[in-house]
Order: sequence, then C-alpha cells, then structure tokens
Amino acid sequence: MTGLDFCGLRLAHPIVNGSGTFDAIAALRAFGDALLERFPFAAFVSKTITLAPRDGNPPPRLYETPAGLVNSIGLPNKGLRGYLEDDLPQLARLPVALVTNVMGSTAAELCALVEALDERDEVDAIELNVSCPNVSTGLDIGADPHELAGVMAEVRPRTAKPLIVKLTPNTADVAAVAQAAQDAGADAVSLINTLRAYAPHPHRAGTAWLGGGTGGLSGPAVRAVALAQVRAVAARVSIPVVGMGGVQSGLHAAHMLEAGATLVAVGTESFRDPAAGTRISRELDDLFAKSGDNSG
Amino acid sequence: MRGDPEGLTGAEPRTLAPFGRRTLRIAERRVVGAYVVLVAEDPGGPRPRAGQFYMLAAAQRWGGGAEERPFLPRAFSVLRARFDPPTRPLPTLEFMLEAVGPGTERLGELDAGDGLHVTGPLGIGFVEPKDGRRALLCGGGVGTAPLAIWQDELLARGEPAPALLGFRDAEHAPGATLLHNARVATDDGSHGHHGLVTDLLVEEVDTGAPAVVYACGPPPMLEAVRALCAEREVPCQLALESGMACGFGACFGCVVALRAGGYLRLCVDGPVLDGALLAEVPAH
Repeated sequence: MTGLDFCGLRLAHPIVNGSGTFDAIAALRAFGDALLERFPFAAFVSKTITLAPRDGNPPPRLYETPAGLVNSIGLPNKGLRGYLEDDLPQLARLPVALVTNVMGSTAAELCALVEALDERDEVDAIELNVSCPNVSTGLDIGADPHELAGVMAEVRPRTAKPLIVKLTPNTADVAAVAQAAQDAGADAVSLINTLRAYAPHPHRAGTAWLGGGTGGLSGPAVRAVALAQVRAVAARVSIPVVGMGGVQSGLHAAHMLEAGATLVAVGTESFRDPAAGTRISRELDDLFAKSGDNSG
Repeated sequence: MRGDPEGLTGAEPRTLAPFGRRTLRIAERRVVGAYVVLVAEDPGGPRPRAGQFYMLAAAQRWGGGAEERPFLPRAFSVLRARFDPPTRPLPTLEFMLEAVGPGTERLGELDAGDGLHVTGPLGIGFVEPKDGRRALLCGGGVGTAPLAIWQDELLARGEPAPALLGFRDAEHAPGATLLHNARVATDDGSHGHHGLVTDLLVEEVDTGAPAVVYACGPPPMLEAVRALCAEREVPCQLALESGMACGFGACFGCVVALRAGGYLRLCVDGPVLDGALLAEVPAH
C-alpha cells in the first residue's frame, strides 16, 4: 500500500488509534524512543480534551466482560491550557499527523476549544466527541440530528482544519446523525464510540461495580454492532468514515473497509499489545497483496 | 492531570520496555505451596528493576475460561530476574501467581514449553534506602513477589534486608521460601506467628535502627503498613495493585487517589509509591 488521502492529510496506511485508547506521552515513558521509531498508527488521535482540567471518575474504572471491557474513565485530562502548554510540544515529536479530540458541554465550550486548536500548527485535524449531554438543552449532542446540527453550525466556522465528528452508537438512528454532521460541514465521521454498559458489583448485590456508575463497552464484543453501524453510515454519507469497534486483526480491518470505512481505528486491542496497530496494518497489507488489490 | 510527577524520568528506577508484546517460552513451572512460580526465558528482554511489572497472557487459549474470560492481560510484579550466566543458558524472568480468577487460573496451567505473551518491564520500582536507614521488607501472600528481587538487589549491595511475610495458612506459608531470612505470620496460626504480619513489623520498627519499609500485599495489609509507618514517621514504599487493562498508561483504569487530590496511574507513576502520597490504600 502506498498511502492514502484522508481529508487532505497524507497517511502511510489506514490504521489509526481510537481516541482515549493510547497515550503517546505515557507510552514514551514506558518504551522510550522505540515508540517513535516504530509508531503503530498512521495518525495519532489524542484523548478527549476539555476546556477545564478533569480528574476523571473514582475507581474502579474497569470491568472485564466476555471478549470485552467496560470502562468508566471519565475523560481525565489537563484541560485545554495544559494540553496546549505541556502535551502539544511532546506530541509534535510523533512521526505522524495529529488529530486532537475535544468535548464540550455547550456549543460555546466547543467553539473555544476548536478556536484555540485552530491556531496551533501541530494540530492537523480536530475530532469532536459529541457523546455528551448539552447542558444548555439537556440533550445528548450526538444522539439527535437537530441537536448536532445546531452545535455544528456554531463550531464549523471556527476552523479551517479537517473536522471529524465522533458519533455515538447510543442513538436510534446513527446514519441520520451522520447525515446531519455532513450537512453541517463535517469533513469526516468516526464510529463507534463505546456502547453504554453496566457492570454489577461481584460481591454486593444491587450495587454498581464502576465508580462512575455506568460505563462503555468496547473490544471484540462490539465488533458486529460496529460493522452494522459503519455500513449504515457509509451508505448514507459521502464524507470519509473512520470505522472502529473490536478490530483485532487485518481481516477485521478489511471488514471495516468493506463496510465503507476509509480509515480503521484500533482501540482496546492496543491494551493487549501496544504494537497491535503495526501488526494489523501489516496483516491488512498481506491481505491486499494476496487479493492483488493494491489500490488501498 | 494533577499529581503527574513530571520530570522524574531518568532518575526513576525504571528499565524501558521493548515496544510491543513478545512471546516467551516457559522453561519451568514450580509449585510452591498454594502458589505457582513460572520461569520464562526472555532472551531479547532487558533486566528489570525490582518492583517493576509485566503484563502477562497465555499465548494459547487466552479466553474461553469461566464467563468466556480472560480477555485482557494480567499485571504481575517480577519475582526474580536471572540475567547472569551460567544460572541458565538464557536470561529468565520468574513470576509468582495464585489462581484466584480466570486469568490467574489459565496462567497457572502453563507448563514448560508453553508460550507466554509479555509486555514489560513496566512501571517504576523501589528506590534504595536513604539516610543510612535499614531496609525492612513486609509482604502478604502473593505480594511477596517484588520483595524477593528487591532483597536480592539489596543483598548484592551488601544490605541484607529481613523479610516479614504474612500468609493465610500453612498451605500458603511455603511462599516464604522464595525469600531469605523470613519471619512468617499466618492468619490461622498454623505456621509461625499467629496473627498479622504487621504485628511483626511494629516489633521490628519500634526496636531496631531507623528503617525504611518496603511493602506489598493485599490492600488491608498495605493500609495497615502505611498507617503504622505514618504514625511513626517511618518512610515506606508500597507496591500497589490494581485492575489494569494495558500497563503503559493508555487506559487510565488503574488510578489511585492521592492525599493531595487527583489521581495517579499506577502503571506509569507506580506501582511503587511513597506511602506519604496516599491518605489511604484503596480497598480495591
């Protein structure tokens, strides 16, 4: 594969990471510069950045399920200022394009985040995490096409950088929300985010295990759901789709591409092997080579 | 996030891990009382620091146990690392485990010749004693593991460190043979002191020369160690445990609340923490 174009960015291959599933700065502490020499993704997507710093949810934050993981992390991050001052200079060392993921609970918050990132050359694209209630309207921004359209109308003019909308699967009609994102000027959509999930306490009946109460399910357990949603969205919109959900192999990535995705994100599998992205990309290459299709 | 001790890299006792998961061959499986010790050949890996850990998974049949688990790898402190020939033809890592769930059950089945997926060494290990203090090791159950490699290192520097180890009962007490010079307490009195290992620790701390305590074990034991050390203004380094999905800072699952507010990720800022950072050791 000779690389591909994604929203005007030139990527070496179609494998990226899902937001919040790989912390390149922490990984540099654990693995050193070997990480930069063998960076597993064609672009790096940051974890979600919010305007104010967040500590995240009280532990426990994790619950293993059959072929999956429920997490309730609560978007811990240093806030916009900490990200711009501490993280961006370090992330600029990465050998790939940088996508910064942001979340706000009002359109005004999202506008402030997007405007600040628009000024930074290190940021190649911005991803909006809309799996969040709008505190002004009480509705989940990403669960309702009209809600999303309203927010996008305000956010879109704030940047010329590619804008990716990360769709939530916890909605009645994900394709309708994707259509609204496209109509409002999104350059791409990405899906699926985690499926809302609950983990019972193993020893205390009627009590939640996770400190945050509920969480989100990821891993191979959600793969079939993800494929159906990616297919539905790709059939509806003409902008590129970033497909993710339970991808563990080149074959799974190929299934995402067949469903209509342009890029495939790896998430939970990186927890099992930090270099999973490299392996999956190589396996995908091998599949293309076998099928004689090198168009990518 | 608050509490990230930036700038520690370089000074901290951390060996960098090779990037990515690698597959080791199990050279030996030993049964030590209720525990299993796995010896794995790690020809390409670096020598870990005491207190560091590895993420482990069986190369075959990881999944398909109780409730179709395990799915994620499991974190284990290294028990011993033998990198100096001629102990064995290849460098080896040793891990101590007790079958308590689908992950440890599957790992405990592994035998010579089987494959073991590892990522590591990860995290920050123990810091050597300062100010002329003597080292005291205090462990409980499978938490004995990181103290064994630390005792070896201290001994090699001419600082023999006594070990105080607590176990449930006589079936588990043979775990004490993994260290040298150990005093044992059992919950049921079937071996050694009848009572808590912290009884032995109080005795040592209160009677001997100024000490620094290195501890690892179940949360109630670690909390008791932290509290008694805090009360006596004795420094302590606690090797904590937590559910962990990745081991390298990606998942943010293994956090522990700090006395000063906010959280630390045990996998990148621990698992060994200065007890003074904590208001209490969390119950899980």
